[in-house]
Amino acid sequence: MTITSTEKPGRTGPRLGGGIGGRTSLGNLVVLAVIVVVLIPLPLVLPAAQQAVAVRILIFALMGVGWNLMSGFGGMFSFGHAAYFGIGAYTGAWLLVEHGVSPWIGMLAGGALAALFGVVIGYLSFRYRLKGAYFALATFAFAEMLHLIATSSGFVNRAVGYNVPLIQGSSFGKLQFALGSPNYFYVGLGLVAVAIAVNVLYLRSRAGRFTIAVRDDQTAAAALGVHAMRYQLITIALSAAITAVAGVFYVQYYLFINPDLAFGSDVSIQAILPAVIGGVGTIWGPAIGALILGPLSDVTASLLRNPPAFLSTLQGRGGLDVILYAILLIVLVLALPRGVYGAIRGRFRR
Amino acid sequence: MTMAEATESAPAARASRVWTRDVAVRATVVVLVLAAALVLAYLRADKPVIVTQAVVTGILTGGVYGLVAMGLTLIFGVLDVVNFAHGAFLALALFITYGVVQTTGVHPYLALLIAVPVMFGLGWIAQYAVLNRAMGRPLENQLLITLGFSLLIENGLLLFLGGNPHSVHFPGNRGLPVLGAVADLSRVLAFVAALVLAGVLYLILRRTRIGTAIRAVAANRQGASLIGVDVRKIYALTFALGTACAGAAGTLVAPFTTIQPTAGQTFNILAFVVVVLGGMGNVLGALAGGLLIGLTEQLGGIYLPGQSPLLLVFIVFVLVLFLRPQGLFGRSS
Repeated sequence: MTITSTEKPGRTGPRLGGGIGGRTSLGNLVVLAVIVVVLIPLPLVLPAAQQAVAVRILIFALMGVGWNLMSGFGGMFSFGHAAYFGIGAYTGAWLLVEHGVSPWIGMLAGGALAALFGVVIGYLSFRYRLKGAYFALATFAFAEMLHLIATSSGFVNRAVGYNVPLIQGSSFGKLQFALGSPNYFYVGLGLVAVAIAVNVLYLRSRAGRFTIAVRDDQTAAAALGVHAMRYQLITIALSAAITAVAGVFYVQYYLFINPDLAFGSDVSIQAILPAVIGGVGTIWGPAIGALILGPLSDVTASLLRNPPAFLSTLQGRGGLDVILYAILLIVLVLALPRGVYGAIRGRFRR
Repeated sequence: MTMAEATESAPAARASRVWTRDVAVRATVVVLVLAAALVLAYLRADKPVIVTQAVVTGILTGGVYGLVAMGLTLIFGVLDVVNFAHGAFLALALFITYGVVQTTGVHPYLALLIAVPVMFGLGWIAQYAVLNRAMGRPLENQLLITLGFSLLIENGLLLFLGGNPHSVHFPGNRGLPVLGAVADLSRVLAFVAALVLAGVLYLILRRTRIGTAIRAVAANRQGASLIGVDVRKIYALTFALGTACAGAAGTLVAPFTTIQPTAGQTFNILAFVVVVLGGMGNVLGALAGGLLIGLTEQLGGIYLPGQSPLLLVFIVFVLVLFLRPQGLFGRSS
């Protein structure tokens, strides 16, 4: 692996630290399998309210894993992952509501569509040499354009969006279960596990290694004959597809989607936060970040429902959860720029 | 003039002449495109007064966009920071204005005396205490911090003041007739104030020692620090000037804006478009870009009926990003 060693010394951004070699990626897959097995009994012991938190953590994790692939490993900072999430959510909802198509097929279709969209945007951006802040602004602009189009397009019910029709009983084909069924957790867990496995295997592959080489030093990679754009586009496509699957699953769990929930800039932020908090450019960072964010949002929500006496004026007010995210975000970026997992790993490596 | 300067200034002057000619050519193209767009709009619209109204409103709001974007372009140009909190600072100024008017009953514009210094101070603190620690790191870090600021401000407003929309009464507001269209007095005053503030900011940057230091840091921060400029202080000052612009804009638009915690978001997005359009760090470019975007937004309502007028703004944004990322009037680098 001469190519990944072209990292510039002193680069303070996300880095891999050599975690993706042949043996370690196998190790990552083993760890993943163990985690999945350990988590299987979880929904049977968790009370119903906590199960909802667990599913939210899984959705956060899926979005974070998707964002992290493009922005962390690929080095292309996206501020518009709502575009991919929304494309997935709307494709799944449209196919199911208008045509009765199973959400599983919706995941494939939504993933493919989002990947296509990502490749087009990526191609245009690289063709016109957008970098850094300008690239981030372009991704943001495209997500906002989809937001506006969805809001005013009668084809997808304008601002109303879609309600997923309820069915009798449970169905794996329709991906719809009774409230509190552990199956939502299992499906979410499976999706996150597949997404992480895809990350591990992709980063181990030739294309993945080239992607990281391009991120670390595009000039050096190009000098070695790496076709930078090709691998960047593959990375974007995978990242977009994973995020789109999160969108389809989101609709199936909450049974509702509208332009704000699908394409709002909050959605892009929700994709960024888990990775930043856990550790950008690490395999486990997004999952760990989601594990921190999910319970946090639950705690703040219940705090506002039944506030202690000195906070009683805040009853029923929104915003506290996001304030805590924001403080966490600022503190983490300053104090632990490599995220919780990145910092812990850095300490052990030393 | 020393010999060295004399020999150097000849090509520099020529380059400057070439650049001036380039800008003139581009400005002409922009004006022609705009004129064609207007003619087309008049042909499309049922009643010409609709278009006239759109043009009047577009120019008036465009001036305000320019003012918002001036603060942003300063921060972007000098600090290289994508400030996602700019609109949130504007929303905070909206609420300060509302609070001042509610508690004292004075004319809303008097709130400028409070909003501008408060926003200046907050901007200084934000940069000096927080953002300065992340300078020199990858740009995502600063972007995420300003994102954190914006979430903090917007949700703080939501938490403590609630999400109900408010409005500010502008005493003596009336519509002024302009070529058959109507221009609100409050909008006209906001436009004039924006022009005045743009002039003041331009003079500060061009004619004062502080302004020279800011431009020096923007051009070469290492060089500036070598000749004794305290770069960290200049950063804080620049960010503070930027948020003060947002503060002034907040008070000026308060009479014709719905005051709610998320009121700044649209301004923020539009200001980004304007900054890219005008060339980052270019204060006068921001004013010109603001006018263009104000007109684009209003004409968008005529060209794409049923769609959000912002869609056309984003299309323009993406085109400019791809085709001229250095801005319509910026130097190519």
